[in-house]
Amino acid sequence: MHHTLVALVEDKPGVLNRVASLFRRRSFNIESLTVGRTAEPGISRMTVVVDSDQTSADFVTAHLYKLVNVLEVEDLRAVPAVSRDLALVKVTVSGNGRSELLKVVDETRAHIVDSGEQTMTLEITGEPPHVDAVIQRLDAFGIIEMVRTGRVAMRRGDTVLSAAR
Amino acid sequence: MPKRTGAQIIWECLVHQGVQTVFGYPGGAILPTYDAMLEYPVHHVLVRHEQGATHMADGYARASGRVGVAMATSGPGATNMVTGIATAMMDSSPIVCITGQVPSKMIGYDAFQETDICGITLPITKHNYLVTRVEDVMPAMKEAFHLAASGRPGPVLVDVTKDAQQATMEWEWDPRPVTMPGYRQEVPVPEKAFAKALELIRTSQRPVILAGQGVIQSGATRELIEFAERLNIPIAVTLLGLGGVPASHALNMGMMGMHGEAWVNHAIQEADLLMAFGMRFDDRVTGNPATYAQNAKKLHVDIDPSEIDKNVKTDAAIVGDLRATLRDFLGVLEPADHSPWLGHVNGMRGDAAVRDIQQLPDDGHLYAAHVINDIWRLTEGKAIVVTDVGQHQMWEAQYYHHESPRTLITSGGLGTMGFALPAAIGAKMACPDAEVWVIAGDGGFQMTQAELTTAAQEGVKVNIAVINNGYLGMVRQWQEFFYDRRYAATPLRSPDFVKIAEAHGLPALRVDSRGQVEDAVRRAQASTDTVLIDFRVEQEDSVYPMVPAGADLHKMIRRPGPSVLAETGADPL
Repeated sequence: MHHTLVALVEDKPGVLNRVASLFRRRSFNIESLTVGRTAEPGISRMTVVVDSDQTSADFVTAHLYKLVNVLEVEDLRAVPAVSRDLALVKVTVSGNGRSELLKVVDETRAHIVDSGEQTMTLEITGEPPHVDAVIQRLDAFGIIEMVRTGRVAMRRGDTVLSAAR
Repeated sequence: MPKRTGAQIIWECLVHQGVQTVFGYPGGAILPTYDAMLEYPVHHVLVRHEQGATHMADGYARASGRVGVAMATSGPGATNMVTGIATAMMDSSPIVCITGQVPSKMIGYDAFQETDICGITLPITKHNYLVTRVEDVMPAMKEAFHLAASGRPGPVLVDVTKDAQQATMEWEWDPRPVTMPGYRQEVPVPEKAFAKALELIRTSQRPVILAGQGVIQSGATRELIEFAERLNIPIAVTLLGLGGVPASHALNMGMMGMHGEAWVNHAIQEADLLMAFGMRFDDRVTGNPATYAQNAKKLHVDIDPSEIDKNVKTDAAIVGDLRATLRDFLGVLEPADHSPWLGHVNGMRGDAAVRDIQQLPDDGHLYAAHVINDIWRLTEGKAIVVTDVGQHQMWEAQYYHHESPRTLITSGGLGTMGFALPAAIGAKMACPDAEVWVIAGDGGFQMTQAELTTAAQEGVKVNIAVINNGYLGMVRQWQEFFYDRRYAATPLRSPDFVKIAEAHGLPALRVDSRGQVEDAVRRAQASTDTVLIDFRVEQEDSVYPMVPAGADLHKMIRRPGPSVLAETGADPL
């Protein structure tokens, strides 16, 4: 099982290091970790996906709160949330593979973001299982390079996670 | 506004925080700060190794409850502090360590004596700061003291680059309290959790209180005694909790865990409710967690939410200050009577209750337990005892009966050999009127023996009992029990400790029979100098009873055969 935690942290040098160091120190099993800016200056937002079979999300949350630079932690496992993952996938195309690939692109809401003489690069955005499924289909073409952002997530509805308290 | 250098601001902040003593060692990157020191009314104790400075700051903090301060230069000065910082972290001791750092422009270029001390100490500090601008010195210093002392206390490191120490700014003290949005201490206790706790307490038939260091740190001794007395509940104490409840109190059973009395551990195993107050269910306390107090509900009160459900799953938990929580309990709980349970517990006590080894005849052998029990008797149980780590530490816990908080200072969590002597120097400087005893083994004493020179230079008066058995005793004991008596690297040749002390102009004595103990202790007490006593004790004695690491708490190794050291009799389980 995967649990998604969101943390608002102060945008200061070394904060990512503190979070990463905590995970290593406590042997937390992390599926993904993403960091980026928020609408509030000086505050960054982290999305952490925890493998909850091995690491209790409550334990991770309690330890995140102990970091002085962590302002808020939200556990998204119990609330409706929208989540997205983005992948860039470079596949080899030759002969009539190109038209077959275009068919997959059409069916899966992927986008072609670049094409070379023998390769095409696709962007896939969606719920992580959707991204997984598209990547599985692309496997047949021969994936030669891939990058994923890891999950970012946000609670649905009008509730807002804010560091202003 | 007057102009100040970063170095001056460091001292200004220390003075504003009420710091009177700093333990440290100068060097290149901290030189501007040492230069500024001469202008400020702070006493600096020159240590012989930076580890000593951190232990002194730690001992100072534990004896007084005030923040201890250690100072060192960059690179090796800072890395030498690591053991002391980790010791303070594991035992939640409030210290602030100030280190010099190479100039900010040289960071990252492997400059002379550059080390990433913030990176190194990330997992062993409560928080740390790299200060590269003079404007950031005061905020970092203020936050460091606030963090170290509040909530669950702990070590904070402030690493200040040389250029930040040298730069000047228009400066004045900002008396406003620090605001740290990510540091929350007061979390309201949910009504449901409080109600659940009350229900557990009210319905329990066989309750046991587990009292930890949180009792001492929150100053909850009086509230805990009132709670235990009103509800008629026996108390078991952790190593770091000793002194939090008077040893002589009728409801205080004494220490639990690996070297606790067997009957205390049996009481825990038979309990139907454990009330863990300011303790963290360390593995030395629980033994095998799968068989730990299986029939007991667990109520956990701790100031640190990350301790809840960490080692032991709780049935009710309250995160908050223990003293305040106990007051809340006392506001609503009515008296209870658990005399059948107390009768049963006291029945398991066996001859541990009459273990009064000072009455036992002198058979010519000198046992460490005798020495420690005699020191207890001759100091009337009122000394601050600072121990090292090993057998003598456990014997101290068993045979020195502490009546008040902050009278036992010992490295519990990290188990740092070499802790005793420097921590005792710090404790004495925090409490100059107290009688301070170091109890150390021959192994651990040698690890920080150089601080004897610090004691001599400072003219600080502590009494040192070296429990000298010629072995790294606790490791030898494990080899005897679990490694077929293969004494790998535990026989220990030591220098002549008497001559070492005398080389410092300090008086010293050697004791090898019980008849000499009292006289030696009294002479140490009478002297105005630091006195070292080299106690030549039984070489292959072991600490009993013992729960092997990871074993079931009720399956203890007992003292084989009759001995001059009495011990709990029949195993009731």
